[in-house]
Amino acid sequence: MRWRSARTAPTRPVTGTDFLAATDISVSLGGRRVLREVSLTVRTGEVLALVGPNGAGKSTLLAALAADLPSTGDITLAGRPIGDWTVAELARHRSVLPQHPTLSFPFPVADVVAMGRAPWATTEAADEDEAVVTEAMELCEVTAFAERPFGSLSGGERARVALARVLAQRTPLVMLDEPTAALDLRHQELVMRVCRARAGSGDAVVVVLHDLGLAAAYCDRVAVMHDGRVAACGSPREVFAAELLSEVYRQPVDVFSHPGRDELLVVPRRSRNLSPQPIWTSP
Amino acid sequence: MALLTRPRPSTKATSAAPAGVRRGRAAVLTAGMAAGLVVIAVVSGVLGAYEIPLSDLFASVLHRAGLGGHELDRVAESVLWDIRFPRVVLAVLVGASLGCAGALMQGVFGNPLADPGVIGVSSGAAVGAVGAISLGLTFLGNWTIAFCGFVTGLLTVAAVYVLSRGGGRVEVVTLILTGIAVNAFAGAAIGLLMYTADNGALTGITFWQLGSLSQATWPKVLAVLPCALAGLLVAPRYARRLDLLALGERPARHLGVNVERLRIVLILVVALLTAAAVAVAGVIGFVGLVVPHLLRMAAGPGHRFLIPGSALGGALVLVAADLVARTAAAPAELPLGVLTALLGSPFFFWLLRATRRKQGGWA
Repeated sequence: MRWRSARTAPTRPVTGTDFLAATDISVSLGGRRVLREVSLTVRTGEVLALVGPNGAGKSTLLAALAADLPSTGDITLAGRPIGDWTVAELARHRSVLPQHPTLSFPFPVADVVAMGRAPWATTEAADEDEAVVTEAMELCEVTAFAERPFGSLSGGERARVALARVLAQRTPLVMLDEPTAALDLRHQELVMRVCRARAGSGDAVVVVLHDLGLAAAYCDRVAVMHDGRVAACGSPREVFAAELLSEVYRQPVDVFSHPGRDELLVVPRRSRNLSPQPIWTSP
Repeated sequence: MALLTRPRPSTKATSAAPAGVRRGRAAVLTAGMAAGLVVIAVVSGVLGAYEIPLSDLFASVLHRAGLGGHELDRVAESVLWDIRFPRVVLAVLVGASLGCAGALMQGVFGNPLADPGVIGVSSGAAVGAVGAISLGLTFLGNWTIAFCGFVTGLLTVAAVYVLSRGGGRVEVVTLILTGIAVNAFAGAAIGLLMYTADNGALTGITFWQLGSLSQATWPKVLAVLPCALAGLLVAPRYARRLDLLALGERPARHLGVNVERLRIVLILVVALLTAAAVAVAGVIGFVGLVVPHLLRMAAGPGHRFLIPGSALGGALVLVAADLVARTAAAPAELPLGVLTALLGSPFFFWLLRATRRKQGGWA
């Protein structure tokens, strides 16, 4: 509830509505069709995961949804075609975590996180800049090195600083491209808990993930990408079938319930027969 | 146990100073540079072939300001007001323009080694100026060389920009490589103009190419003033957006920066500043490269200080360098551009090594 009370975003849609809707979008990069007629909706109050093998088009889809790439088809944000939005308006409605955060000059961490407040510079929300930045830094556990230059941090620390910047932007739509890729176990869980908290306060969250276990544990819906298309989209229990995943990843996979908790586990089948008896097996 | 109890190297030593300290440092630097500029400007008025005592200098300044003092004899008055002061003012304007242009350029390209020369403004402006000297153009009187330099400088930037555009945006690498090609072309054009020039023009061109403020007059000051002022006043408005651009093009756009428009505006400002400086003073390297670099090391990379700071620092450096250029080997005068390059290059080389070591690379 902390998130909601501290917020002054102009348009905050009702939880559970379609905030971002893509219909039949296609993208070609370098003459190759990277996305083929993809349709997808991102709802408020929900964490949507994009999963799939390397080169399936996850990051391209995210970039197209973020209006970074020219695409054919229709994309609407809050009911308005994305092409009608100005750059400044977009910045107050959606934030994007890049896959590889970089920085050209040695700004200290605190300054980098504060850059996330730039879209609000001329609005009432600017009054809470300091509080928002402090909170985002604490959430991502980067306060300890607030004054160190970004370039002196490890990969995982940089990723968390970039995430803190995105969170500080306080937008109703949050798009994260592989936020857990460089992180250790503890911080992977932390990032996904942050995603859940944002969804819990009514935001729409889209996150590209490689770890299917994380996707199953934390996401409301999962879109499995395969060869530029959405092969399946639904709740983890609907989508994570061993057969589908084995085919999409070209790697035999077992999916079974956690023995103690209500949770799905996705485990690649390895040559040595060490896995417990699966619920579903691929033929 | 020795391993466990040995004090760990302090992380504080490698970390940047807290925000408050950095702001304080920026204020101290600004005050220091401003004071230094005034002192060196006064010294520049005093020193030279015709010595003017400090008391006379103040008396003359007060007299002209209508605050008392007294007039000097005709020669001293003329040396002070027709030769030395326009030269100091021109050095301030040219130095501020070059320093500011350097800071903007590095911000736009996200590269601490970028320089107005990189995209070809300097050599483009040089083509126009050399052309005006070599063809003996005088259609605008004193302003002809400056005007021609400015026009070709702008044309060059426009050409570089159009040539390096693709798919609705400009890639930095393409832009820089195009700049190299344009630089080569401009070099050839200058060579051709020099080949066809007569002996008198050739001397003028050579002298101008080495970079010098010795031809400073009030009309020349007036020729640079509008361009320099416009550029210097516009540049700080883009400081915050340049900070965001350090995150990269897409993240900057995600934060509401219209990157493409920012680039166009700032490249025009850089062209304005550089072309104006080059047109009146010739090619003076290193100021735009090293001044922002030094200030970034001292007070952090935030452009809200870096842009005005680099203008002030550039002015200080150029006034000091010009003082050395005309007094070190008196009665002869060293070419200013040669002096700055001579002192600047090794220093910059050392700076590169030190910064790279400290940062562990440029990424």
